[in-house]
Amino acid sequence: MSERNGMTGTLRQVGIDLQDAEENRGLVDAIKADNPELTIRHLPGLLKLQAAGRLVINRATVEQKLGREWDTGEFQLAIVSYAGNFSEWDDDQIIVSWEH
Amino acid sequence: MTQAAPQASTTKAKTRKLPLKERYALLTRDLDWEPSYVGREQLFPYTSYEGIKVHDWDGWQDPFRLTVDAYYKYQAEKDKRLYAVLDSFAQSQGHLSLSDASYLNAIKLFIQGVTPLEYAAHRHFAYLARYLEGPAPRFAALCQSVDELRHCQTQIHTISNYNKYYGGFHSWSKMHDRVWYLSVPKSLFDDAMSAGPFEFLISISFSFEYLLTNLLFVPFMSGASFNGDMPTMSFGFSAQSDESRHMTLGLEAIKFLLEQDEANVPIIQGWIDKWFWRAYRMSALVAGMMDYMLPKPVMSWKEAFELYFEDQMLGGLFPDLDFYGITPPRHVEDAIAEKDHLSHQVYKILHNFSFAAAFTTQTPSEEHSRWLAAQYPATYERLYKPVWDKHARAEAAGGRIFFQGLPQLCQVCQIPMAFTEPDDPGRISFRRSQYRGETFHTCSNGCQWVFEREPEKYVQAWLPVHQIYQGHCGGATVPEVLRWYGIQDGDNGEYKGSPDARSWAQWHAAAPAQGV
Repeated sequence: MSERNGMTGTLRQVGIDLQDAEENRGLVDAIKADNPELTIRHLPGLLKLQAAGRLVINRATVEQKLGREWDTGEFQLAIVSYAGNFSEWDDDQIIVSWEH
Repeated sequence: MTQAAPQASTTKAKTRKLPLKERYALLTRDLDWEPSYVGREQLFPYTSYEGIKVHDWDGWQDPFRLTVDAYYKYQAEKDKRLYAVLDSFAQSQGHLSLSDASYLNAIKLFIQGVTPLEYAAHRHFAYLARYLEGPAPRFAALCQSVDELRHCQTQIHTISNYNKYYGGFHSWSKMHDRVWYLSVPKSLFDDAMSAGPFEFLISISFSFEYLLTNLLFVPFMSGASFNGDMPTMSFGFSAQSDESRHMTLGLEAIKFLLEQDEANVPIIQGWIDKWFWRAYRMSALVAGMMDYMLPKPVMSWKEAFELYFEDQMLGGLFPDLDFYGITPPRHVEDAIAEKDHLSHQVYKILHNFSFAAAFTTQTPSEEHSRWLAAQYPATYERLYKPVWDKHARAEAAGGRIFFQGLPQLCQVCQIPMAFTEPDDPGRISFRRSQYRGETFHTCSNGCQWVFEREPEKYVQAWLPVHQIYQGHCGGATVPEVLRWYGIQDGDNGEYKGSPDARSWAQWHAAAPAQGV
């Protein structure tokens, strides 16, 4: 995973913006648990999650936090925007990262 | 112990249905067929003339791996959530809890300027869903086409509630085709839709949806949330969840085309250079909205530009694209240089000409002015506050300054020629080009470059000011043109004392009286 500096000199962050809603709490908790370096910024109605280089969402962790089955497709209901590339999206995992 | 439970459910889920990757392959690529009684060139006649070479359409992968069953399931859920919010807001007279009626000027700009673009996108993605050669991009374009129609419909539905109580919402579709500031977004989309299918992907899916969508949409939605506009926030986030998929289509399109053939790289670089500047210039209207139209501002244009564009795109995306030989867009340094100026210069235009707009404007209050000064320490108090102070003095004496006459428009972005030089805020940026013996004017290095790249296209621009002078807009006087625009008395001009301001004061003055 390369972490070159961009034109502005900041670390290459990937990020996802989620709706700040009750039904997304478990998802956010799971992302926090699986991405220890995560930073979270609150904007009105919005949570901006950022991590350096890579951000992972594990279905197993989300299910554990929610206490119910969770399909990775349900992530589509929570996401507002993102920065990066969905380098993996299958039944168990979603990974956002820069590729090169 | 806590780790064991999810593991068990993993195996349970796996036995129930096919894995996502397999389902996706079966429901997209495996449903495609080879034509037998027409040739491929007849079936897909538009994918060769732009010079883009594609060797293997199966190299296209939708990272969302969206299938038609999942698509309708999730879209239905999104609509259900949205309509629950709309109903409760309407039933509870939610419009009375907005931060101020003047907030709705941002929403007027939205329905007049953006909602018709959703419809245009719906049409053009339907075309791509038919004419792109690969089954995976065709299906992604089909989903996006249906999404865009949903966005258009949900926006109309959401905002129609405000049309019952406030001015400026009644004729947005007609206005989009006719009114001067709305020719800015309309002409951008017309430019994209009259390009080939691959250029359209780079213009709308990549430059518009991936590079700049966060700057264009998220500020409207956070602004809505902060100013008590639950329905707009809800449709916005509902639309944005689709938008993430559209961003993915844009990113996948560019990577796919770059990987297919090295000869594609310079063509795509040219489109990125053009479309970054086109979409960025249009976002100037959003900059003015963010910094001046929200009674409770959320984030300055400058901060949003730094966060969403400089950090995420220049810092994140472009180093990734460097792998393919793609460089950051031409003229990006001009955009960075004017981030301290853009919103002020745009709102000055809107403030000067709002007698001919379907929204109202006002001189920033002292409190708002303090916020602007804090956001723009390098420029606001020195360059822009003196202008507002002058307006405030005129208004204190019972006046209101509007610009008399019609402005010259940029031949490319169609915004009045009021931007300044990137290195000199005291001088209007004014570029001239010659084509077929005529002179054409543009507002910036970026717009001039776009013009000179395809002059035969931009000389055909429908420039609202020229059209008025040519007698195509209902007449030669302001009232005649406004009638032709569909602007009714009170939609336009100064906010203070407007019908919206008076109704707002009346509704809120009446409330405590009921309690007595």
